[in-house]
Amino acid sequence: MARLMGGFVIGLVFGAGIALSGMINPAKVLNFFDLAGNWDPSLAFVMGGALVVTALGYRFVLRRPGPVLARAFHLPVRRDIDLPLLGGAAIFGMGWGITGFCPGGSIPALGLGEPAALMFVAALAAGIMAARRLRGPAG
Amino acid sequence: MTEFTPWASLAGGALIGLAAVLLMALHGRIAGISGILTGILPPVARDWGWRAAFLLGAVLAPAGIVGLGATLPFDSPVPAFWVVTGGFVAGIGVQLGGGCTSGHGVCGLARLSRRSIAATLVFMLTTAVTVYVIRHVMGGW
Repeated sequence: MARLMGGFVIGLVFGAGIALSGMINPAKVLNFFDLAGNWDPSLAFVMGGALVVTALGYRFVLRRPGPVLARAFHLPVRRDIDLPLLGGAAIFGMGWGITGFCPGGSIPALGLGEPAALMFVAALAAGIMAARRLRGPAG
Repeated sequence: MTEFTPWASLAGGALIGLAAVLLMALHGRIAGISGILTGILPPVARDWGWRAAFLLGAVLAPAGIVGLGATLPFDSPVPAFWVVTGGFVAGIGVQLGGGCTSGHGVCGLARLSRRSIAATLVFMLTTAVTVYVIRHVMGGW
């Protein structure tokens, strides 16, 4: 129960951050990447604020023996830079550039009742499931 | 045009970071939204409960902010067909690449993960190139 409540409250904080930052707005995200057009540098401030807080917070949290509501920290252990990583990132960027939606921006946008957000999230889920099926049950 | 909002964006970014730190401190998890979402899609992860609760909170927060009377600018300047196509493409990408803006771009960079640094450089570049091609080569939608 604590894990559910904790997840919900952290989700609220995340969604509020996405909303306040402007990441919820695809037009704003697209304008960040449009260096040759109506450039809006706001997204650099979102990334900057998020990175500073996360880097400082992780330094403190990861020194502890473990998380409060689970047995251990789940941290990625791989260090190799392989083709699926780079190819997947490249493909993700195309989807982000076409739409202006990333997963973290689109889910809070559902709360605005925007049809475009619903279309994006449904297609995102379909893409994840399709790629997962192709990679087999372990993927 | 969208308005340049340095302070709101910095504060919103800090809240995103706070959520990432809290999720590690309490659940021991990276706050990668594509990864959290993947866990509630079939085959569903065993720990789907906190994931669903997190996503529900993320959806309700903006609804609550609007309910309190604030306005949140939103504009999707892309035809519906391309929103769906781009969403599917993004889904394939995050599954292959093991993360998105939040997982690689915030949590991974904060840990100085080599894989996340590489992934973030690549997707920032291909996103910028895609926007450039659509807006300045094809002439926009």
